[in-house]
Amino acid sequence: MSATYTGPKVCLWTLDHANPASLETYVANGGYSALKKILAERTPAAEIIEQVKISALRGRGGAGFPTGLKWSFMPRGYDGDKYIICNSDEGEPGTFKDRDIIEFNPHQLIEGMVIAGYTLGAKAGYNYIHGEIFELYQAWEKALDDARAAGYLGQNICASGWAFDVHAHQGYGAYVCGEETALLESIEGKKGQPHFKPPFPASFGLYGKPTTINNTETLASIPWIMRHGGQAFLDLGKPNNGGTKIFSISGHVNRPGNYEIPMGTPFADLLEMAGGVRNGHQLKAVIPGGSSAPVLPAEIIMDCTLDFDSIAKAGSMFGSGAVIVMDETTCMVRALERLSYFYYEESCGQCTPCREGTGWMYRVVHRIEHGQGRPEDLDLLLSVGSNIAGRTICALGEAAVGPVQSFIKHFRQEFEYHIANKRCLVGA
Amino acid sequence: MSLSAQSLAQIDKEVAKYPADQKQSAVMAALRIAQVEKGWLAPETIEFVAGYLGMPTIAAYEVATFYNMYELTPCGRHKITVCTNLPCQLQGADTVAEYLKKKLGIAFGETTPDGRFTLKEGECMGTCGSGPLCLHNNHTMHTHLSTETVDKLLDELK
Repeated sequence: MSATYTGPKVCLWTLDHANPASLETYVANGGYSALKKILAERTPAAEIIEQVKISALRGRGGAGFPTGLKWSFMPRGYDGDKYIICNSDEGEPGTFKDRDIIEFNPHQLIEGMVIAGYTLGAKAGYNYIHGEIFELYQAWEKALDDARAAGYLGQNICASGWAFDVHAHQGYGAYVCGEETALLESIEGKKGQPHFKPPFPASFGLYGKPTTINNTETLASIPWIMRHGGQAFLDLGKPNNGGTKIFSISGHVNRPGNYEIPMGTPFADLLEMAGGVRNGHQLKAVIPGGSSAPVLPAEIIMDCTLDFDSIAKAGSMFGSGAVIVMDETTCMVRALERLSYFYYEESCGQCTPCREGTGWMYRVVHRIEHGQGRPEDLDLLLSVGSNIAGRTICALGEAAVGPVQSFIKHFRQEFEYHIANKRCLVGA
Repeated sequence: MSLSAQSLAQIDKEVAKYPADQKQSAVMAALRIAQVEKGWLAPETIEFVAGYLGMPTIAAYEVATFYNMYELTPCGRHKITVCTNLPCQLQGADTVAEYLKKKLGIAFGETTPDGRFTLKEGECMGTCGSGPLCLHNNHTMHTHLSTETVDKLLDELK
């Protein structure tokens, strides 16, 4: 067996070249040609949106919402400022793909943001970068300077007379700012607390102006779609799941890292590309789409393909394509304890069910892990969870509940053993 | 209380990214820049930043207390923040964290008596494939940590 993918890559193809991040490398390989063509021909926005719709590009940040449809929500003929925002606030445990786009192919992201700005009639764009990757924030600012100097940003883009600029905004340690309304608050210089939708950002976004927020990988895919056509992008993946996708694989594999492969690739192939489970151990469980996605036992995930539909059918969430692999030595109680602590720590405190509930869930899992669990604790956890989900402004509360419910559903015996015997079943 | 001319120039550059009537948008960057200069955010530093951006002090204070990379109490010269979240944990972060605690003789959230090191437990830094990892003074990431590379790192941080 040797699972490899040698076909076209949408986002991380620059890694096959020397100086992958440089403007020269990007331009020498067709970079910015889609933007130039659009500006020279004054391609109508509706035509661009149509190509994005054909491509079946679905939001790469986790929700999987069709990008073309999202773009069509922006009001046309609006007489005022509009904004395009790139969401690079990548802090969902297991996800580390957007950082690689910024590090290794920043100009494709810039081109994607400029095309989006042109299509949606925006005045400016902001890229919201996760706080902990400051070195990439600096690298991104340098890429913006290079693009400005070359006329791809600024007052007169590609000598077309059209003006648009992109800026970087750095987060400083708040997972919840990955939620789009919290992110907008944060750019406005406030606490990053989400607010109710509606109003949706397309009508009331940054500074109260129409705004579209897309994930980094989503926006970086746009130039490829415009250069090769929506159909070519769709053909890379499978129906309703266009394109290649960057999968971030971490945990108990021999070669953790990012792998850009077609949507619909069997999970088993990705596992093999990552060198298989470490030290020849057996696969126990996989969280397929970032820490908020329900965990799946080995026997279920091994039959899945990596796309929105297959993972949803298996009872989990494709999410951001962040695959966390756990082998047979993993204590599922300890793993859940760490995830529950994360949501407790990161709840913004605005909605009572989430603020109180995440702390409650963490404390109960903590006591089970530390040999003080009570027989009624599993029912208590599920009851607390059901009082969070659907009762909060944003999805963080539900994200905290997903792991609790799924870990208990698939590994209940391990939790019961912990409670009854005050120690771990796997001896970790 | 003021900030250096260099810090103010950096803040001005951030302010210029936003519409003229939205200077508050630069508060996160301004607090970061102030923290780099002062080592932590004293109440008078936050007050200065708020005044500089023409926003209420309480609004700047809200931001400083909401985002966890700001320090509201004095901090060691070298702040080491270790990610212990699940992917890093599976890749050995607990071993690294225990080693750091033992070697520095402090727990998470504490500073060594000589003021050289502060140790913190961090949340996901979005670089899980390279864990275990830590962040030095918020801005420099060190990946693929082992007890050997931790020794080397600590030796370099005087």
